[in-house]
Amino acid sequence: MPYFNFSPAERQTKYNLMKKFYAFVQKEFYHIFRDTRTMMILFALPIALVIIFGYALNNDFKNIPIGILNQSKDQTSEKLIHRIVGSGYFVVEQTLEKPQDIPKAFKSGKVKLVVFFPSSFQQDLYHAKKAPVQLIADASDINTAINTTSYLSGIIGEFNNENGRENSGGVQLSSRMIFNQRLLSVYLFIPGVIALILLIISALLTSVTLAREKETGTLELLSISPISPYMIIIGKVIPYLILSLLNSFIIILLGIFVFGLPMVGSVALLILACFVYTVASLSLGILISTRVETQQAAMFASLVSLMMPTMLLSGFIFPIESLPLPLQLISNIIPATHFIILIKSIMIKGAGISLIWKPFFILIAMTAVFILVSIQSLKRNK
Amino acid sequence: MRNILVLVRKEFLQIFRNRQLLPFMTVLPVVQVILLTFAANYEIKNLRLGIWDLDQSASSSQLVHKFTGANFFQATDLIDNQKKADDLLMQDAIDLVLVIPKDFEKNSKLQNSPPAVQFQINALNNSKAGIVQNYANAITQDFMSELRGNANVIGSAKIIPVTNFWYNPTLNYKTIMLPGIVAEVMTLIIILICALNVVREREIGTIEQLNVTPLKKHEFILGKLIPFWFIGHFIFWAGIALGRLIFHIPMVGSLGLLELFLAIFLFVPLGIGLFISTAVETQQQALFTSFFFIILFILMCGLFTPVETMPDWAQWVNQLNPLKYFVEVNRLILLKGSGFAEIYPFILKMFVYGIGINALAIWRFKKTS
Amino acid sequence: METVVKVNQLTKKFGSFIATNAISFEVKKGEIFGFLGANGAGKTTAMRMLSGLLTPSSGQASVAGFDVSTQAELVKQNIGYMSQKFSLYEDLTIQENIDFYGGVYGLSRQEKKDRSNDIVSKFQLETVIHKLVRTIPLGWKQKLAFALALIHKPKVVFLDEPTGGVDPITRRQFWDLIYEAAHDGVTIFITTHYMDEAEYCDRVSIMVDGLIKALGTPSELKTSFQVDSMDAVFQLLARGTANKI
Repeated sequence: MPYFNFSPAERQTKYNLMKKFYAFVQKEFYHIFRDTRTMMILFALPIALVIIFGYALNNDFKNIPIGILNQSKDQTSEKLIHRIVGSGYFVVEQTLEKPQDIPKAFKSGKVKLVVFFPSSFQQDLYHAKKAPVQLIADASDINTAINTTSYLSGIIGEFNNENGRENSGGVQLSSRMIFNQRLLSVYLFIPGVIALILLIISALLTSVTLAREKETGTLELLSISPISPYMIIIGKVIPYLILSLLNSFIIILLGIFVFGLPMVGSVALLILACFVYTVASLSLGILISTRVETQQAAMFASLVSLMMPTMLLSGFIFPIESLPLPLQLISNIIPATHFIILIKSIMIKGAGISLIWKPFFILIAMTAVFILVSIQSLKRNK
Repeated sequence: MRNILVLVRKEFLQIFRNRQLLPFMTVLPVVQVILLTFAANYEIKNLRLGIWDLDQSASSSQLVHKFTGANFFQATDLIDNQKKADDLLMQDAIDLVLVIPKDFEKNSKLQNSPPAVQFQINALNNSKAGIVQNYANAITQDFMSELRGNANVIGSAKIIPVTNFWYNPTLNYKTIMLPGIVAEVMTLIIILICALNVVREREIGTIEQLNVTPLKKHEFILGKLIPFWFIGHFIFWAGIALGRLIFHIPMVGSLGLLELFLAIFLFVPLGIGLFISTAVETQQQALFTSFFFIILFILMCGLFTPVETMPDWAQWVNQLNPLKYFVEVNRLILLKGSGFAEIYPFILKMFVYGIGINALAIWRFKKTS
Repeated sequence: METVVKVNQLTKKFGSFIATNAISFEVKKGEIFGFLGANGAGKTTAMRMLSGLLTPSSGQASVAGFDVSTQAELVKQNIGYMSQKFSLYEDLTIQENIDFYGGVYGLSRQEKKDRSNDIVSKFQLETVIHKLVRTIPLGWKQKLAFALALIHKPKVVFLDEPTGGVDPITRRQFWDLIYEAAHDGVTIFITTHYMDEAEYCDRVSIMVDGLIKALGTPSELKTSFQVDSMDAVFQLLARGTANKI
């Protein structure tokens, strides 16, 4: 800043401006921290959510309730059933007597799949050498249906090989699970939960604040003051920035120490990622608040327009690769998408800046866009 | 009774006049439902395959062929060293590295030294990794059987799994996701609007103004619940109708039964919103508290992750998750065509839940307003 | 003249804090009774007890012949109330607000129509009747809120700091309305912290720290305290408290 080019009078004005700005930020701080109930909610909520979801959300493949309909009841089928149970993935909830029982079993929701050995099973095995066994899956839960049939097919395949007439051997298969040796669900879900919670809380916070000032009329007071709209926005964001950053550190630490999320990469990069993401989320909230007139509308707009799309489009639950193209585009303008990439890359993969500069850049660009549009709206309202 | 009508009329006037809020309660949820249904699927296809063929034999090529021919995998990279594999995995550019060892062809013909095929799987997504592993195992084992089958005349007996997908033979995700997403969006909005609306009236003083009138508290509450109950209906049926129109979701069972369930179900999120309004002081607190319950309900309802694999305490707490029941009822009625006999336990549960939470909310409301 | 409000040793405690400390007084029909005091002196608590919003900790009070503790619902049917915030529905039109409160007080359709016409003609609201309350000036909102408090022709109307934030001319006009209502036999119970408004009342009471420190007509009080304005009376009483602390 070319400080020396200003006249003393100008310098004084700028100094006064800084003082006003500082007072403004201070007021925002008091406003927030005095509301103890809200503060409690603001910190307890993310912690509670991360803990609950960390334990509850998982797509481990286990305890799948299945039903057995064995009309053959021969040795081989019994052995196979034994094998299936022994795999540990399945729990036999029901033994059925006849195919007509299957709809009822599915409708009661007690079993997800029925393994059906027809009465001709043994004969088919010995004479035709090919014995079909039906895996009847309740495809109202597609995922489970696919996984269950897939795993069962695998088990049957192995069973075939082991009971083969000739020596098995054939091939030795080994799998190395990269990044996630123990196939933990938390690697998939915790980053998403963190991103979702941080985004929504930050956006909710800032969206309400501007709208509240609009409603109570204090925004007009601010508009008349010499503080420029840039300063107003920045002044509002700063206390929430600190709050949200704190929140992000707490829940990431939770992820690491309670759920065993690894921390392979650089801590500095992670902190930077949190910072950039928090700013982006807060700016999004500011943007929302400049487009609405009332507090109620701001609250509604932020929660309703952010909650479901972020959940479903950010790669949190559904992999982005599986999204249809237009939705992949939308996915890219959701800040959470990029933060999830950053967390996974930094914490789980240990990636360096050369690999992840792109999400960083996108988040920063997003922030710039959000703030610019907000300022435009504010100016227009003035 | 008349008082309730007066209140309901006032409420509807306010709702429809609220230009800011109305689109978020009507248009936006429905649009979201449509868009998000397109998003919802776990289909695993176009898996990117990296090939590290140390054998470069006819057999190894055939094995690779079998992988790419299966339509699950797309060969995207040829790999000749571990670093390259590591880099590709690091960049998330690849899902599976197939490592075929030297002397693969030779060893596969011998009895005592089976070749060791290795899969390096990108396991960031553990569920996807499991599937990839299954596919890879199955394809390779099939291949080996065929390979040996050619050399061996006496085949062994094989059990053939035949998969049969009921209720959703095409494995259409949209079919099962849409009703669930509709229920979720509806519940989100109902809880939020109920909580915010009542707290707002308390903040601006209109509740107190009504307190000095002969109006009874329960009349006031019904005057709030009823309009939002209708809005819930609108969102749900608009969503389902569009689902039918655009995605051709099946409607095997009775829609009347679904409506019966919905009518009773709605009192639960309404009650929860009301309860939240009695437990907080400001609209902002109402917002965050609503968010807390909503996100819990949505993520744990069984639409995205299975309920059965949750730890016991979570399943226990989940009993209080109204969405869990709705997701199940949706599947039962729309996909499986269940009738009253199977559904009435759900209706009963929602009835009890609704009465309970509303009684609690009314009790608190009387104390705090 | 009948006694419309009878208060005897009315007390309200919040935990160990005594907001209203065994106050006693009576108000006659058609009186304009001013309830003065600083913020936190207990006057709002007293008024809320009298309007059936709060249950007394001890003591009795009856309003319009009904006991506030045991017959709160009957009390509510016979009183009107206008709060500081006016509590009109800003997002409804004037007509809709009238219809709403008419309905809430159980007026028949005919009664509602009649009263509505009364209000509209009296305040000359014909042109703005279908405008949202949000859009009309503060002074009009105030008058409308007063009119709605009287829509069911109650015996007593409670006004809680009704003239906050309006200009002196509007305040003057508002007091004209109050006089009119009192003339028609409505008992007015008004709290205010504008001491000049105290002069307009028939009788006033001044509360300090939950106790009634003065009760009488404005001239009586001015004489007994040997000052010439209600403001001065209040200052004396309030300073007395300050000395105690």
